Amino acid sequence: MSADPASFRFVSTNRRVREDRRFVAGRGHYVADVALEGMLHVAVVASPHPAARIASIDASAALAMPGVHYVLTGEELAAATDPLMNGLDTPKVKRHPLAVGYARYGGEWVAAVVAESRALAEDAAERVQIDYEPLPFVINAEEALKPESPPVHPAHGSNVLLDRTFVWGEVEKHFAESPRHLAFRVTWGRSSTVPIETFGVAASWDPWRDMLDVWASIQMPKYPDQIARALRIPANNVRVHQDVDVGGSYGVKRGIKQTVLVAHLARRLGRPVRLIEDRLDNMGGGDAHGPDRIFDVELAFNDDGIVKSMKIRALDNAGAYAGRAPFQLGKPIGAIVGPYQIESVQYRAQSVTSNKAVQEAVRGFGQAPTNYAIETGIDKVAAALGLDRVEVRRRNFIRKEQFPYLIPSGSTYDSGDYHTVVDKVLSHIDFAALERERDRLRASGLLAGIGIAACLEPSGANSAFEPLLNEKNTTTTWMDSCRIVVDGLGFVTVTIHNTSSGQGHETLVSTVVGEVLQIDPDLIRVVRPDSLACLPSNSPVGSRMAIMLGGAAFHAAQKLKTKLTRIGAHQFGVGEDEVVYASGHVSDAKGGKQLGWIELVNIAHRHFHLLPEGTEPGLETTHVMQVPTGGALPKDGKVQMYPCHSFEFHVVLMAIDPALGKPKIKRYVIGHDCGTVITPHIVKGMTLGGIAHGLGAALLEEFVYNDEGQLITQGFMDYLLPSAHEVPEVEIVHHCTPSPFTVFGQKGSGESGYLGAPAAISAAVNDCVASLGISFNKLPIRISAIGDAIAEAQQAKEQTR
Amino acid sequence: MKVELRINGQNRAAEVEPRKTLLDALRDNFLLNGTHAGCEHGVCGACTVLLDGDPVRSCLMFAVQADGYEVTTIEGVAPAPGELSVIQDAFCETHGLQCGYCTPGMILAAHALLQRNVAPTREEIVEAISGNICRCTGYGQIIEAVQFAAQRLQKANTPRPTDVSVVEAK
Repeated sequence: MSADPASFRFVSTNRRVREDRRFVAGRGHYVADVALEGMLHVAVVASPHPAARIASIDASAALAMPGVHYVLTGEELAAATDPLMNGLDTPKVKRHPLAVGYARYGGEWVAAVVAESRALAEDAAERVQIDYEPLPFVINAEEALKPESPPVHPAHGSNVLLDRTFVWGEVEKHFAESPRHLAFRVTWGRSSTVPIETFGVAASWDPWRDMLDVWASIQMPKYPDQIARALRIPANNVRVHQDVDVGGSYGVKRGIKQTVLVAHLARRLGRPVRLIEDRLDNMGGGDAHGPDRIFDVELAFNDDGIVKSMKIRALDNAGAYAGRAPFQLGKPIGAIVGPYQIESVQYRAQSVTSNKAVQEAVRGFGQAPTNYAIETGIDKVAAALGLDRVEVRRRNFIRKEQFPYLIPSGSTYDSGDYHTVVDKVLSHIDFAALERERDRLRASGLLAGIGIAACLEPSGANSAFEPLLNEKNTTTTWMDSCRIVVDGLGFVTVTIHNTSSGQGHETLVSTVVGEVLQIDPDLIRVVRPDSLACLPSNSPVGSRMAIMLGGAAFHAAQKLKTKLTRIGAHQFGVGEDEVVYASGHVSDAKGGKQLGWIELVNIAHRHFHLLPEGTEPGLETTHVMQVPTGGALPKDGKVQMYPCHSFEFHVVLMAIDPALGKPKIKRYVIGHDCGTVITPHIVKGMTLGGIAHGLGAALLEEFVYNDEGQLITQGFMDYLLPSAHEVPEVEIVHHCTPSPFTVFGQKGSGESGYLGAPAAISAAVNDCVASLGISFNKLPIRISAIGDAIAEAQQAKEQTR
Repeated sequence: MKVELRINGQNRAAEVEPRKTLLDALRDNFLLNGTHAGCEHGVCGACTVLLDGDPVRSCLMFAVQADGYEVTTIEGVAPAPGELSVIQDAFCETHGLQCGYCTPGMILAAHALLQRNVAPTREEIVEAISGNICRCTGYGQIIEAVQFAAQRLQKANTPRPTDVSVVEAK
C-alpha cells in the first residue's frame, strides 16, 4: 500500500458525486440525444420462429413506402462484414448481426429497415415479407446436450460449445475419506440486468476522411477493435465518442451486433444512421440475456460440518450463439471455493447452444449463480448435521491470518477478515432478538424464516478466464490508463478512456488525483477523449475501476508530483529528496525556500532554461496500469484470476403469508468489506442497487420461453423489475480490510450485493417453508410457485391427518 | 396536425402526426431531451412529466391529448441555469441516482409528492416513487433524497400550495 489512510483528505470522505449535477437537471447526454444532420432511423424485423430456414425475403412493399430508404438482409451484411468475434475456438458457430439463411431463435433479427423516422421504419418493417420454413428446435439445456437433439449450428456438429472438467486437488481421495456426502441440484433462471435505457447506437461514415464515427450506449472492452475487424477497416478509421452517458448497463451494454449493423448501413447509404432499440427489440433480440444455469453439486464433509471437497457441474444454456456465455462459466473459477477452506474441487463447465436469445456479460459474470449454488450447499450441510448455519460458515471460513490464501484453482485471495465481519453483523442485528422476532411472526400464523449467505466479490478484472478456456488466447494484460495535463494557467485536466454507466468515474479520478496532488478535486476537470485519442483501456467490467482506473490515476498523479518536485529541487539547487511537496508547493525546509503551484507551472510551461536537464517541457503525465498480480498464462488448468476479493455477509428476515405466498422481507442486513472505500456514496449505491438486482433474480425476473420456443416475458408487464415496494430498507455494516495489492487498499464493489442476495433470499424463502417439508431449488422463486407449493403441502398434511 | 402546448411556462406549438406520443414530441419537436424513453409501455416511469402538476407517463399519451395542459418537464424544475431546485440538490446530496436515466422521472414524481405533502412518511415516499423503476440504486438513496428535500422544504420560507389530500381527508 502506498498511502496512509489516516492522512486521507478526500478519499473515504463523504463528498458529492460530481456526475449527479447534470443528471438531476436532465442534462445527461445519452445516445438517443445524439442528433446527426440527415440522420436515418432503423427498425428491425424479428423472426417469429425459434428455428427456421429463411426461404425468401421480399422487401419491395416496404421499399415502395414514402420515406423508406433501404432494407438490409443478413445475406448482404454477411458478405460485407466478418462474423462477430467469439472468444472460443468454435469457428463453425458463426454469429452475424442479422440472421443469414437460418433464424436460430424467436426474436432474432432477420432484416433491418431504414427510413426517415423510426415510426416510418416500423411501419415498413411490417411490410417486409419473409417466407420461413420452420425447423425442429431445442429450448432446454439438458435436451440440447443430447446427441439426438437438433443442433442449432449443424456445421458445428452438436450443441456443445464448451465441456471442460477441471480437477484441482485430490478430489476423489477427499470424497473417499469424508464420512458424509450430499448431492443436490439448483437452477438459476435466465435473467439479466435489463437497464432502463435500451441499447442504442448512431454512426456516420465520411468517405473523404475514411472515418467511421460511432456514438453508443456502450460498456465494452475492445469495442473499436471489434468494430474495425467486423467491418474489415483499419482500426484507426473507427472513432468511438466516449462522452456519451450510458443509461445503466451492469455488464450487458455490449451492442457489437447493433453497431456493425448500423455502421454498415451508414457506410452503404452515405448518411448517418441510428438504431435505438425499443423494449421489444431489446428483450427479444438485443442479445442481452444472462446466465441460464443448472448446477449439480456434491459435497464431502465431516461430522463437524467441515467441507473438504466439492464437485460442481454447471450446465449453461448459452442461447443461439456463443456470446459471452461460455466465459461466464470461467470467471467463477477465480473464487470457486467462495470464502471457504475447501481443499479440492472438481468443476465441470458445460455450455450448450439452444434456440434462445444470446447472453451477454451480466454483473458478476457468472459469480452470483455460482455463489447461489455454493451457499445452498453450505445450508444443506448445516441442515444435514443439525448445526447452526452461521457456525458452519465460521468453521469453514478462511481465517484472517491465512491470507494471502491460495485456493485450489490457482488464485490467491488478497486479504479478508470474514469472522470479524460476521461478528459485527450479528451484533448489529442482535441475532437472538432476530430469532425471537421470527418466532413471533411464526406464532402469528405467518411462515417466517432467516436467510444467510456469505460470498466473495472478485475484483480488479483481468481476462484470465479467456486463455484458461481457449488455449489459442494468450492475453495476459487487461490494462487501464489515465492522463493528467496541467495547462499553462495551472488548471488540471484528467482524461479517462471509456464510457461510464453510472459508476461515477469522474468523481473517482478527481478524488484520487486531488488526494495525491493535495489539491481540491472539484477544481479538476475530467474529460473523455474519443477512442482515437485514448490510452489503452478495458472499460468498467469485473468490479475493476476503483482498482484499475483509481490505480492509474494515482500513479499518473505520483509521476506529476515527482516532476514538480524535481523542478522545485532544481531551482533550489538541492537533491530531490531534500525538498517536500505539500498542497501544490515545493519547499526546501533547510533553505527556507518555497515555490508555489503557479511558479512551478510557469517554469514547466515557459522556462525551458530553468528545467533540469532531460526534462520534457509542459506538465503532462500518463500511466498505463497492469492488473496487480496478473501477467501469467494458465498452467495445469490453474490461473491467477482477479487480484482483490471483497467480502459480503447477508442476513434476511422474511415472512410469507401462507394464503398469498408473497414473500415479504422484514429486515435486510449486509456486512460489506471492500477494503478502503474511495467514495462512500458510490459504494453504498452499488451495494443497495446490487441487492435490489439480486432480489429481482431471486424472486421476480426471468426470460421465460414456452414449449413453442417463444419468449413470453418480453416487456415490463411480465418481466418484473423490483419497484420501491419490493425492495426493503437495507442496513449496511461496514468493515475495512485493505488489499495489499492496491494503492489505497481499495477493492471492487460494482457487483456487491448482487453476488450474495439471491442466495440469501432463496435461503430465507426455504427457511420459511421448511416446516411444511418443502423447498425451492430454482430461481426465480415466484409468488405463484410459493403459493402453489404451500397449498399443496397443506393439503397433503390435511389428508394424512 | 398542429398542437399547442404550454411547456415549462412557455407557449409552444408544433406540427405533429396524431399518433405521435407526448414523449416523442417533447424530445423531437421541442428538443427537451431530459424526458427519457424506457419501456414505452407505461411501466418504468422514465418518461414521467407533470401534467397540471400530476405525474403522467408521456409514452402513454399522444401529444395532441396534452393540448391545453400545463406540461412540466425536468428542464422546468431548475430555477436558473446551473442552479438546482431543493429536490434536485437533495438527490445530489444523498447520491439518489447513478446512471441518471430514470432520474428526471424520479425527481418529477418526488416533486409532485412534495407539492402536496411536505412531510411524507417513508411509506408515502415509497408509494409516490413506486411507479418509477430505478435499476441502479435499489431506491435507498432516492428515499433518503426525498426525505432530505422534505426536511429542507419544511424549514423553507417560501409558501407552498395547500396539502389537498390532508384537507380532503379532514
